[in-house]
Amino acid sequence: MLVLEDVHTHYGKIEALHGVSVEVEKGEIVSLIGANGAGKTTLLMTVCGNPQATSGRVIFQGRDITREMTSNIMRSGIAIVPEGRRVFSGLTVEENLHMGGFFNTKPEIRKSQDHVYELFPRLKEREHQRAGTMSGGEQQMLAIGRALMSRPNMIILDEPSLGLAPLVIKQIFEIIGKLREEGITVFLVEQNAHQALNLADRGYVLETGRIRLHDTGKNLLANPDVQNAYLGG
Amino acid sequence: MAAHNLKHALFCAIITLVISYPILGFNLESEGTSIILEGAGATTILGVLLAAVIVFLFQLFRDSVMGSLRQLPAINPLANRKPMEQSKRLRLESTLLTLMIIGALIWPFLASRGAVDLATLVLIYIMLALGLNVVVGLAGLLDLGYVAFYAVGAYTFALLSQYYGVSFWFALPIGALLAALFGLVLGFPVLRLRGDYLAIVTLGFGEIIRILLNNMTSLTGGPNGIGGIPDPTLFGMEFGRRVKEEGNTSFHETFGIAYSGEHKVIFLYLIALVLAVITAVAIRRLMRMPVGRAWEALREDEIAAKSLGLSRTAVKLSAFTIGAFFAGFAGTVFASKQGFISPESFVFLESAIILAIVVLGGMGSQMGVILAAIAVTILPELAREFSEYRMLIFGAAMVLMMVWRPQGLMPMRRIHIELKRQE
Repeated sequence: MLVLEDVHTHYGKIEALHGVSVEVEKGEIVSLIGANGAGKTTLLMTVCGNPQATSGRVIFQGRDITREMTSNIMRSGIAIVPEGRRVFSGLTVEENLHMGGFFNTKPEIRKSQDHVYELFPRLKEREHQRAGTMSGGEQQMLAIGRALMSRPNMIILDEPSLGLAPLVIKQIFEIIGKLREEGITVFLVEQNAHQALNLADRGYVLETGRIRLHDTGKNLLANPDVQNAYLGG
Repeated sequence: MAAHNLKHALFCAIITLVISYPILGFNLESEGTSIILEGAGATTILGVLLAAVIVFLFQLFRDSVMGSLRQLPAINPLANRKPMEQSKRLRLESTLLTLMIIGALIWPFLASRGAVDLATLVLIYIMLALGLNVVVGLAGLLDLGYVAFYAVGAYTFALLSQYYGVSFWFALPIGALLAALFGLVLGFPVLRLRGDYLAIVTLGFGEIIRILLNNMTSLTGGPNGIGGIPDPTLFGMEFGRRVKEEGNTSFHETFGIAYSGEHKVIFLYLIALVLAVITAVAIRRLMRMPVGRAWEALREDEIAAKSLGLSRTAVKLSAFTIGAFFAGFAGTVFASKQGFISPESFVFLESAIILAIVVLGGMGSQMGVILAAIAVTILPELAREFSEYRMLIFGAAMVLMMVWRPQGLMPMRRIHIELKRQE
C-alpha cells in the first residue's frame, strides 16, 4: 500500500535519511522505532511531501506521490496524526472533527462522526467542549478521531503515546488495534518500542537515517540488539 | 512597609525631574530675528516638582495602590453573570443589530450635516476594519499595509472617472475586484512568512503603493492628487445644483424640492451604510462557511491544518483577497465622498489606525470591531477642544484598554457550529 524506495531526504545540505526503504502492506500495522534524532519524523514528513524526498520514490496505492503537494497527498487517502496531537484548541471537539472531514460531504461527515464517537465515547461526552481544555489523553483521542474523519485507507501515527499516562497509552494502543480490524492500514512511529512492537505485524528499526533491522514485531521484540538498545535490556 | 520600594521610588522621581524639567522648564522665545532661551515661571517649576512628588509617592506605595485597583473589577456587576446561551445570545445580537440598522437609516434625516459626514467616515472605517478583521482576526496574518488596498480602490475610481468618465456604480465593483487582485498578488510572496516577517513585508507593500502613486505623476498627478471625482448618482439623478453630465437629471428637480447640499451628504451616508451592512453580512456568512473555519484552523495550528489536506496557499490567499476586496469597496466610497484624493490619505498611520480598531474591538469579533471603529473615529472629533492633547488622550485610552481589557472591547465569541442531525 505504501512503499518507500531508497528515499533520501535533505534539510538544506544535511542529509537526514540515507536511502530508506520501507513497505507497508494493506491491512497491517507496521511500527517504526528508533532513538531521538534517528529520522522517524523526517521519514513520515517525507511521505507527506514536506520536505520532499531528494531522491528515491514514495508510492502510495500504486501512485508515485514523491513530488505531489502536501495538500494533495493528505486528500488521497492518507491521514496523519501529527506529533504532539496539535488539535485546534480554540475549536470545540465537534468542530475539530469537522475540520478532519473538510473535503467530505455533509452526510459523509455525519457518518464518520458517529463512527468516531463509537470508537471514543469520551469524545461524545465532550462534544461541545473546547479542545484545548481537555486532558492530554482526550486530545490524543481527538487527534486520532480527526484523522479518521477523512475516511482514510491508511493512518500514520507519530508518537501517539508521547507524554501520556500508562493507562491512557494502553487505551490508545487498543484503539489502534481496533483500526486494523476495520481494515485501516496503520503506520506507527513510536519511541515506546515495547508496546509498538507488541502490537505490530512487522517492525522497522531506524538508526541515524538508515533502516538497521526489519522483521516481524515478535522477532524484533526477541532480538537481543533491539532489547539492549530500545527495551532497556 | 514600603521601605524596599524607597530606592526605586527615588529613582523614578529623579527620572521624572530629569525628563520633564528640560521639556517644560525652558521656552524658546523669538525676539526679532534671534531666538532666546527663557526659563519658565514659578508655576511650571512647581508643577514639575509636584509631578515628581506624585511619582515618588505612587512608586512608594505602588503595591497597595495597585492592590486596591485590582479589587475594582469585583465591583463590576456583570463580572459574575453566567455566559448567555448561544442561541439566546445570537437572537439578542440579531435583534440589536436590526434595531441599530433601522436607527442608522432614520438618523441622518434628524442630524446635522457635519454629523452625517462624520458618520459616513465612520462607516468607511467600519468597512475597512471588518475587512482587516478577516486577515488579522480570523486568519491571524498580521497585515500592516492594509491601506494599500484602500488606496487601490480609491485610485481605481478616481482614474477611471478621470480618463474614461466611469460612474461610481461601475467603478465600485471594479475597484473592489482590482483591490482583491492586488491582495492576491501580495499574497503570493508572503505565503511562507509568518508573524513579524509578514508584518514587515506587508508594511513595505503599503509603502510601495503609496510611493508609486506619489511618483507616477503623469498618471496619478503625484502629490497633487486627483480632484473632481464625481458623486454617486441615484438612477441617473445627480445631487449637484446643476447637472454635470448629459442625459442625467438632477435630484431636486425630479422630485420638485428645493436644492439642498444635504441631500448629497445623506445619500453618500446611505450608500456607505448599505455597503457596510453588506460587508458585515458577507463576512459573517463567510465565517460560518468552511472557508471561515479553514482560516481559524490555519491560525490555530498550521501544521495540523496542513495534515488535514488544507492548502496553506489557498487558505491564506483567500483571506488576503477577501480582506482586500472590502478595502477596495471602502476606497471607492472614500474617493467619492472626498471628491479629491492624494497619496497623503493613504499613509502608514491609516493602516495603524485600522489595525488599532481591530485590536481594540477584539480580534475576530464583528460587533467589537464596529464599536471600536465608531469610538476611534468619533473620539478625536469630540476631543477637538483639546486638540493639542488628542494623540495623548488616544494613547492613554489605548494603554488603559490594554490593561483592563486586553482582549478588546468585545472579545470574539465563537459561534459553535453544530451538525444538524436528521432524526
